[in-house]
Amino acid sequence: MSAFDLTKFYADWQIILPECFLFVWALFVLTLATLGKKDEPGRSGTFALWTILGALITAVWVGVTADGAAFGGTFVFDRLAVVFKEVVLGGVILTAISSIGTVGRLEVHRGEYYGLILLSAVGMLLMVSATELLTLYIAIELSTMGLYVLAAYHKGSRRSAEAGLKYVILGGISSAILLYGVAWLYGLTGTTNLAAIKDAVMNIYMSTGGFPPAMTLALIFVLAGFGFKLALAPFHMWAPDVYEGAPTPITAFLSVASKAAALAAFLRVFFVGLESAAMAWTQMIAALAALGMIVGNVTAIVQTNIKRMLAYSSVAQIGYILVGAVARDTWGATAISFYTMAYLFANMGAFICVIAFSERTGSDEIADYNGLAARSPVLAAFFALFLLSLTGIPPTAGFLAKYYVFLAAVNAGYLWLVIVGLLTSVIALYYYATVIRKMYFPSGETASTITVSKSLTLALVISTIGVLFFGVFPGPFVGWIQNAAQMLLAGK
Amino acid sequence: MDPITLAFLALAFLIIVASLFVVSSRNIFHSAIFLILALFGVAGIFVLLEAPFLAAAQVLIYVGAISILMIFAVMLTARIADGQLRYTNEQVPTGLLVSLGLLVVMLYSLWQTPIPTSAAAPVSGAGRKLGELFLTQYVLPFEIISVLLLTALIGALVIAKKDPRAASAADDSAADVPARERERAVV
Repeated sequence: MSAFDLTKFYADWQIILPECFLFVWALFVLTLATLGKKDEPGRSGTFALWTILGALITAVWVGVTADGAAFGGTFVFDRLAVVFKEVVLGGVILTAISSIGTVGRLEVHRGEYYGLILLSAVGMLLMVSATELLTLYIAIELSTMGLYVLAAYHKGSRRSAEAGLKYVILGGISSAILLYGVAWLYGLTGTTNLAAIKDAVMNIYMSTGGFPPAMTLALIFVLAGFGFKLALAPFHMWAPDVYEGAPTPITAFLSVASKAAALAAFLRVFFVGLESAAMAWTQMIAALAALGMIVGNVTAIVQTNIKRMLAYSSVAQIGYILVGAVARDTWGATAISFYTMAYLFANMGAFICVIAFSERTGSDEIADYNGLAARSPVLAAFFALFLLSLTGIPPTAGFLAKYYVFLAAVNAGYLWLVIVGLLTSVIALYYYATVIRKMYFPSGETASTITVSKSLTLALVISTIGVLFFGVFPGPFVGWIQNAAQMLLAGK
Repeated sequence: MDPITLAFLALAFLIIVASLFVVSSRNIFHSAIFLILALFGVAGIFVLLEAPFLAAAQVLIYVGAISILMIFAVMLTARIADGQLRYTNEQVPTGLLVSLGLLVVMLYSLWQTPIPTSAAAPVSGAGRKLGELFLTQYVLPFEIISVLLLTALIGALVIAKKDPRAASAADDSAADVPARERERAVV
C-alpha cells in the first residue's frame, strides 16, 4: 500500500469532472422539485438544460486539459471519450428540450423526470469512459435504471406501464447475461481490465494456437448482453413495445443517447479488450449486422404506428453501424463513430417531429400523417429531411455515414455484407418514402393546420443543422474522430 | 473421497434441488423459501473456497435481506394472496428445451477448456484487503454503486407513489396498474 497521494487524487477527480458536475446538479434539480408548493412547468427543465450545457463545456475543457487513465485504470478520458461524451450529451440536450411540453402535461413528479434523465446521463458518460468490466457493468446499470422508470412515466397509461415492465424484465435478464459473460472472461483471463484482457487473450492464443470453446461462449454472452442494450436483432424484441409505450421524448433518449454510450463501450470491449480474439467474433458480428438490416427493414414496412416503424428502423440502423465493426481497424472505428453522430441528429430529429405531431393531434398513426405538408409545411419539410438522412440520401449526414461504413467493410473484404446493406437500403427507402408521399400527396380531405411549439422548433433546428453540417462539411470532424480511433487502437 | 469434495457434492446437490423447486413450485411463497435454501448452499460453497467474508456477506445480504424483501413483496401484493394469479405458462417445453441446450453447450465448453487455476494460497484477512481495494483500485465503481442506489430509490418512489389524478386521467382501463406498480417497486 502506497501512502495517500494528493496530486494523484486531484488528477483522478479532475478527469471525472463532467460526471461529477452532472451528478451534483442532478441532485440540485431533484431538491428543487421538492421545494415550493407545486413544481412550475419549465423550472426544472431550465435548470436541467443549463446543467447539461455546463457538463458539455466541462467535458470539452477536461478533454483539452487532462488526458489519460485514472482510478487505477478503471476509467479513461481519451479522444474517443470526448467524441462520445459530446454525442451523448447532445442527445440529452435534445431530449431535455423536447421534453418541455410532455413534462408540462404531467400532473406530478415533474422535477424527478429531469433528475432521472440527468442521473441516467451520468451513467452513460461513465459507460463511455469505463476501461474495466466491473465499472462498465455498474455504469450500464446506472444508465438503464433511470430509463426503466422513465419508460413507465405516464401513470394510468397501460401501454406505458407495459413498456416499463417489459423493459425492466428484459433489461434485467440481459444484464445478467452480460455479467455472466464477464464472469467467464474473468475465469479465462484472470482479470477484468480491458488492456490486461487483451494480453491474456493473446497469451491463450499463442499457447494453444486457437481459442477454447469457453472463450467463444463468453464472447456470445457478452455480445448478447450488448445486443440487448443496442436493440440489435435478434435481441430487439423489447424495442417496439417499449418505444411505443414510453413517453416519446424518452423513446428518443433510449434510441439515441443510450445506444451511443453502448456503442462507445462496444468499441472499447471489442476493438481493445477482445481485439486478439477478433477472428472469433468478426463472423458473428457480420451475421448479426446482416440479420439486423434485414429483420429491421422488412418488419418496418408493415408497421402502422410511426413509433413502432422508427423502432424497427433503428434496429436496422444498428445493423448498418455494426457493418463498420467487421473492419476492426481505424477506419471501422471512425465509421462507427461518424455513423453514431449522424444517427444522433437524424433519429432524434425524426422523433421530435413525432412529438410535435402528437402534441397537436394526439395520434402516432402513420395514416394520420396524410397531408401534413398542407397542415404544417415546416414540420413536413423537417420530417422529410430526417427520414432522407436515415435512408442515406445526399447531402445529409446519413449518406456519408453509410458510405464510410460500407467503405470500411469493403476494405476488410466483406463485400457480401455491403451488398446486403445496399439492398436493404432500398427497402428502407420504400417505407420512409411512403411516409413522405403521404405527407406531400394526400388522399382525401386534410384537417386543420398544426403549429409547432417554440422549444420543439429549437430542437428541430439544432437537429437540422447537425444533419446538414456533417453532411456537407464532414472534413475536420472526420479527421478528429479518425485521430481518436487511432489513439484507441494504439492503446494510448 | 476427501471430505471437501464430499461437502461440495452435498452442497451442489442441495443447490440444484432447491433451485429446481424454485422454478417448478406452484406456490410463489414456497418458491421464495426454496430460494433461501439455494442461497444458503451458495454461502456454503464460498466457505469451501476459503472465502469466509463472501460467505458471511451472502448470508447477510441475500438470505437475510433480499429473500425477506421478496417474501414481504409476496405477502403485500393483494393479487397473489387472493390465489387468482397463474404461476405457470405454456412456455414450459420451450424453456426446458432452451435450458437443456444451453446446459449441453456449457458442459461441452467447460470439458474442452483448460481452466487456469492459481497456485497461490488463499489470502488471509480477505475482508481487510477487500476494503482497501474498494477505497483504492476500485473506488470508482464503489462510488457509482451509491449513485445507482440513489437512482433506484428515487425511481421506486416515483413509480410507487399514488397519483391522485391518475384514476380520472387514465386513457384506458387503469384499474390494475397501481397493483402492478406496487409489485415492481417492492421487488
